[in-house]
Amino acid sequence: MNVLSTIFLLTGSFFFIVGSIGLNRLPDVYTRLHATTKCDTLGQALMLLGVIFYEGATFTSVKVLLIAIFVLIANPTAAHALAKGAYMYGVKPCEITSLDMYKEKVKRRSK
Amino acid sequence: MRSLNWKENIASFSLTFAILFVLWAVLSTFFDIVHLSLGAICSLLVAYISYDLLIKPKGTKHVLIVLKTAAGFFLYFFWLTIQILKANIDVVMIILNPKLPISPEIIKFDSKLPNDVALTTLANSITLTPGTLTLDIDEKKKYYVHCLAKRHGDALLKGKMQSLVARVFGGKE
Amino acid sequence: MIEPFLLTALLLVFASVLCLYRTIRGPTVPDRIVAVNVIATCTIVIHVLIAFIGNQPMFVDIAMTYALLNFLVTLVAARYLATGRIFA
Repeated sequence: MNVLSTIFLLTGSFFFIVGSIGLNRLPDVYTRLHATTKCDTLGQALMLLGVIFYEGATFTSVKVLLIAIFVLIANPTAAHALAKGAYMYGVKPCEITSLDMYKEKVKRRSK
Repeated sequence: MRSLNWKENIASFSLTFAILFVLWAVLSTFFDIVHLSLGAICSLLVAYISYDLLIKPKGTKHVLIVLKTAAGFFLYFFWLTIQILKANIDVVMIILNPKLPISPEIIKFDSKLPNDVALTTLANSITLTPGTLTLDIDEKKKYYVHCLAKRHGDALLKGKMQSLVARVFGGKE
Repeated sequence: MIEPFLLTALLLVFASVLCLYRTIRGPTVPDRIVAVNVIATCTIVIHVLIAFIGNQPMFVDIAMTYALLNFLVTLVAARYLATGRIFA
């Protein structure tokens, strides 16, 4: 069980570090949100699962499981809110964005 | 303060109370009489205020539908886990590729999902799966999705995920 | 068997430092909020790991509170960006 937990912990931190590298490499807010949301959500779920495997069936591991489920729901929601907020704030998508169907919608709303 | 119509809302009220009380017991980890009665009082109060938020109060029959939906949701969650793993490997490949092969685009598509929970589930699933990020859902249930590359958008427009969510929440496909 | 926990916590601190670069540099405000959000998720996991490294289960509760607060703060920040108001 300890080996399994170690594997989960290290895989999770690998995803976290890749997400942080993506945060620094990608060109604009929206693509950065892609990197951080996916890698962070899976990374924390894997790490907390590793902790649960190490701890076994106790109340503490139930709490850790609750944290994992909550972040699994909350992180995509926060990312969606941030993306919409950034668009309303006026951050333009980067130049290589080939198609923007949201522009007309925002323009219509602000009139 | 709204008046609580006991005969119609007893099912949703008691389910909300049960969930809150179990959560209290697990989080406090004290099982003596003082803590449990305190938890019962707090759960009753919160359930009285917010019994219609979790489950729409439409009688006992509706609670059965909610439980069935929850069971279907767990099955859907297993499928989603595999998709999330694939998505992450895909994104890791894109980030670690020195050439950074991205061509972002924002697309829109329609949905015919029945209620808010289904819409939220689909939006969060889209955000977690391959290279797509929900930007907005408007009043006509139209999704605006940011895609990392063109193939991600094409995979989404095939609509497999939407039909699965519709099947779980009992809407038209 | 504490070493894997310590190693993971160190790797998470390294990831936070990478995000800190984007927080300082980031050209727009939403960039900074995204980076801070990642750092907060790191902090949640580090709290859970500390609970097991130091054998103090109380830190799990703190991590839970931190997760709830983090979600709330991000939503408020996003709302402020979108509408320019926080309340009403």
